[in-house]
Amino acid sequence: MFAANFDYYRPATVAEAVQLLSTKENAKILAGGHSLIPAMKYRLAQPSALIDIGRIPELSGIRVEGGKLRIGAMTTHAAIAASADVKAHCPLLAEAADKIGDQMVRNRGTIGGAIVHADPAADYPPNLLALGGSVTAVGPNGSRTIDFAGFWTDLFTTALAPNEIVTEVTVNGYGKGTGGAYADLQHPASGYIVVGASAVVTVANGVCSKVSLVIGGATPNPVRASAAEAALTGKAPTAENIAAAAALAANGISNPIGDSFASGDYRVHLAKVLAKRALTQAAARAQ
Amino acid sequence: MAKVIGQAIKRKEDPRLITGEAKFLDDIQLPNMAYVAILRSPYAHARIKSIDTSKAAALPGVIGVFTGKDFMDINPLPCAWQAGGVKNNVNTPRVLEPEKVTFTGAGVACVVAESRYIAEDALALIEVDWEPLPVVVDAKKATEPGAPQIHENAPNNIVMEWECGDAAAVEKAFAEAEIVIKQPLINQRLIPTPMETRGCAAMYLPYTDEYTVWITSQAPHVHRLLMTAFVFGIPETKMRVISPQVGGGFGAKIFMYPEYPLVAALAKKVGRPVKWQETRSENYRATTHGRDHITELEVAAKKDGTVTALRVHTYANLGGVLSTVAPGIPTTLYGRLLSGAYHIPHIYCKVWGVYTNTGMVDAYRGAGRPEATYVVERAMDLVARETGLDPAEVRRRNFIRPEEFPYAPADNILAGLKYDSGNYEPALNRALELAGYDEFRKQQAEARKQGRLLGVGLSSYIEICGIAPSAWIGLPNQGWGAGLWESANVRVHLTGKVVVTTGSQNHGQGHETTIAQVVAEELGVSVDDVIVQHSDTLGTPFGYGTYGSRSAAVGTVAVYNSLQRIKEKARKLAAHLLEAAEEDIVYEDGKLFVKGSPDKAKTIQEIAAAAAIGYSLPKGMEPFLDDTAYYDPPNCTFPFGTHVCMVEVDPETGAVQILKYVAVDDVGNVINPMIVDGQIHGGIVQGVGQALTEGAIYDENGQLLTGTMTEYAIPKASLMPKIIQDRTVTPTPVNPLGIKGAGEAGTIAATPAVVNAVVDALSHLGVKHIDMPLTPQRVWAAMQRN
Ligand SMILES: Cc1cc2nc3c(=O)[nH]c(=O)nc-3n(C[C@H](O)[C@H](O)[C@H](O)COP(=O)(O)OP(=O)(O)OC[C@H]3O[C@@H](n4cnc5c(N)ncnc54)[C@H](O)[C@@H]3O)c2cc1C
Repeated sequence: MFAANFDYYRPATVAEAVQLLSTKENAKILAGGHSLIPAMKYRLAQPSALIDIGRIPELSGIRVEGGKLRIGAMTTHAAIAASADVKAHCPLLAEAADKIGDQMVRNRGTIGGAIVHADPAADYPPNLLALGGSVTAVGPNGSRTIDFAGFWTDLFTTALAPNEIVTEVTVNGYGKGTGGAYADLQHPASGYIVVGASAVVTVANGVCSKVSLVIGGATPNPVRASAAEAALTGKAPTAENIAAAAALAANGISNPIGDSFASGDYRVHLAKVLAKRALTQAAARAQ
Repeated sequence: MAKVIGQAIKRKEDPRLITGEAKFLDDIQLPNMAYVAILRSPYAHARIKSIDTSKAAALPGVIGVFTGKDFMDINPLPCAWQAGGVKNNVNTPRVLEPEKVTFTGAGVACVVAESRYIAEDALALIEVDWEPLPVVVDAKKATEPGAPQIHENAPNNIVMEWECGDAAAVEKAFAEAEIVIKQPLINQRLIPTPMETRGCAAMYLPYTDEYTVWITSQAPHVHRLLMTAFVFGIPETKMRVISPQVGGGFGAKIFMYPEYPLVAALAKKVGRPVKWQETRSENYRATTHGRDHITELEVAAKKDGTVTALRVHTYANLGGVLSTVAPGIPTTLYGRLLSGAYHIPHIYCKVWGVYTNTGMVDAYRGAGRPEATYVVERAMDLVARETGLDPAEVRRRNFIRPEEFPYAPADNILAGLKYDSGNYEPALNRALELAGYDEFRKQQAEARKQGRLLGVGLSSYIEICGIAPSAWIGLPNQGWGAGLWESANVRVHLTGKVVVTTGSQNHGQGHETTIAQVVAEELGVSVDDVIVQHSDTLGTPFGYGTYGSRSAAVGTVAVYNSLQRIKEKARKLAAHLLEAAEEDIVYEDGKLFVKGSPDKAKTIQEIAAAAAIGYSLPKGMEPFLDDTAYYDPPNCTFPFGTHVCMVEVDPETGAVQILKYVAVDDVGNVINPMIVDGQIHGGIVQGVGQALTEGAIYDENGQLLTGTMTEYAIPKASLMPKIIQDRTVTPTPVNPLGIKGAGEAGTIAATPAVVNAVVDALSHLGVKHIDMPLTPQRVWAAMQRN
């Protein structure tokens, strides 16, 4: 509950932040602080320097460009949940943002911080992966984009280099004919998901022309339920077809996470149940 | 004048709490204060080979680093309430453990520094050479051959073996029984989690050799007595204990903990005021836990649903060392309550108190009574299940009838006490009516056809409050060895303003309001003219503190008794001033007058002024309206009621949703219905927490897996529907106010109501029992098994 000593920097530009991150030893970016500061108070994290990117104006805000949402890394969960643009172009993301923590957490926590923290029980990763898009990162050698599919690499680990900063998150929007839904079971203490299923379904001429289904919480990083997607693609979104597809939702899950609250087997079971619920609601919303 | 008792007036203590003006322990800042951090054992069972503090001591800003060896002149803490009538193998903590630790979180060294941050930095520099020892965390396994032995004086890790009731009579009843039911029950370990953690600040004056110690305490007088007379071996007059605003306790702040004498001793050692405030992680490891019973329940019954005998065998996990009243809880406050609300002809209970390599276990809201009620209320549902009768009907058939009061439970399990008063069926009927029980049964049958799982659970509890007659609790066979009376002083000042000082301690119960209501009612003054002072050993009479739902039924009765004597004196003085005979004086609405002449009245304020100024007093009368009373209750009180919980279980995930919750409680007369409802409301939520979400888990190495609030799930508002509350009123004959007590009823009643509801929802699937907490996975697994 009492963090160790650290130096504090508050750069005004991304370039300055990258410069500090590359030169200060054992430095960490501070965004909303809602994962990092608790870890520091437990002394699980003991950075020597914090680089607060909270006062860099270009890192916040939401734009719509060519049907995609471009969201600054410092944009808070609350801003995403309340954004008219997000609700219009990607209501699933607004819903997911609104489920995170409580109002205080949503007012401070940022999308950049949440995706970099890469908590297996976080709400954004399965939804972002289901929606599709990419992360923009800036390092000493300039900027690059990393597809969501390759961004989360392990428990609390991403493809980001230690001297890179996430500046933006680009998310595919969707419109009429497509529906998104997120079904989860929350841990009663933390409020984080035990398992969450995120589904994006496009229905055309009475059949599911495109199905995206991702399971979070059961494994270190969210996994795409490819077998379930394939099983439903080209089929009518009937209860039987959805149930049959959902039964395959955990096929990609090996070595599920297990703890005293929810065993691996139970998480696998939940993946199927929640996949069914998410697919059902997404398909209903698509029509 | 309208009655003040019974009014839902707003709490006098709330403005300072709402505005943040109230000062809690961590708000205390003394000039030149230093800060303490404690190094706690990462091992559940280990020997300390050596401790090197040199690096820590060298850190700039560190004032001193200490280990257990520095405090060998201070006694181990007392175990004040041992199980009655049997040998207790006692081991208690020292301020810092010098040789060996028996649970993770035991303090072994400490740092005093200029800031808490520096103190924490220094902790990381203390080097301890540990010799880890084998660990046992399960109370039953700890008693088995080959289990690691934790203390030399406790073979098989047994603290004590205790029993009550009549084993032979029970044996016979079982032999003759038409129905015999056996059910293992686990009452899981809980972490009390008050909003404010514990803390202590201390100051020492060398020339007078006096300590002032601030403690987050539910019982400041007891803390002072134990710390001075038992731990330090100094006169209690050398110490003043102040309990500042306390942010909840639930029992966990009653006890003597190692940190309090440690902090007081440090103030003397470093010659500066010092403060230690517990972090939440420390709180989860080093503050007492509650419950943790492994029970084998056996019920003998007739086919008509009447219970003929109960046999209960319980292993009570008491942790690595004993907390202050640990052995008293699973014995006197548990076994003696196993008759519940029912006329059960024979009862036998055997309890093994057991050491394990886990945190200390002691009283937690309800303390023994929730565990007993869980056993009895699960038993009633199991009988209903076995006989095919409705659970409400089984309860009706077994209830103690109104004409049986005062009622002595079978086989002298209550050790001479009798239930004071009760009328159980009206509360049950009212609860069923409010819940729409019959209608719900129809909905349940309908829902099942669609694969939906609805369930309803009852809990017709009793509890034991107003703890306790000294002649009962003080007897050697009850073990406490002290009285549990309470005290009060009432002073009516010259201006007619009233100050009450009480030995009770207010940490959320609203004493400042409810006691003022009793004063206002009795003296006929405004509630605003009454101030209730408490929580400082300087200026309050000795009292045993606030727990066991005793502050209204014992502490406030002391105030009431004082008020009677104040009134008597006021009458005498009024008679003198009005030149009338005392018998002719009427005291009404704050005015004293001669019968038939209310126009020539003296107000109580005028009487108070006359008594204070004192130039015209009747012969022999001392000045001032001032009286102190010590009240020792002749009996405990026995509140009761019925709670009904209705749930829906998600057939696919096992998640439980509470649809409706009804509580009909009878706590006797009520001083402030808002406060009573609030106490019960909060208690219910806590009880629901045990049923559905809470549970402390130690792994096989004795590491607390639920060590933070991210893992340990206290109930959230979203868990609860609006609670529907009502009451019946059966005053107790035990005290003149007719008050029974309301602090723990909700917690006691709620847990079995919820579990019974969930089991009821799954009963057609063959599920007879699920151990708490009823997490989605456990409920789902129970459905899979059947
Ligand atoms: C009580 C509570 C409940 C919560 N409940 C949930 C929940 O239900 N669901 C959920 O998903 N989350 C939950 N969270 C986590 C919350 O969403 C955090 O806000 C989030 O995980 C981290 O975002 P942040 O902005 O606070 O990042 P910080 O804590 O500031 O940083 C987190 C990590 O990311 C790094 N970082 C941050 N921003 C960048 C960047 N732009 N570029 C590179 N690195 C960066 C930091 O260095 C750090 O390592 C909860 C948190 C709390 C305290």
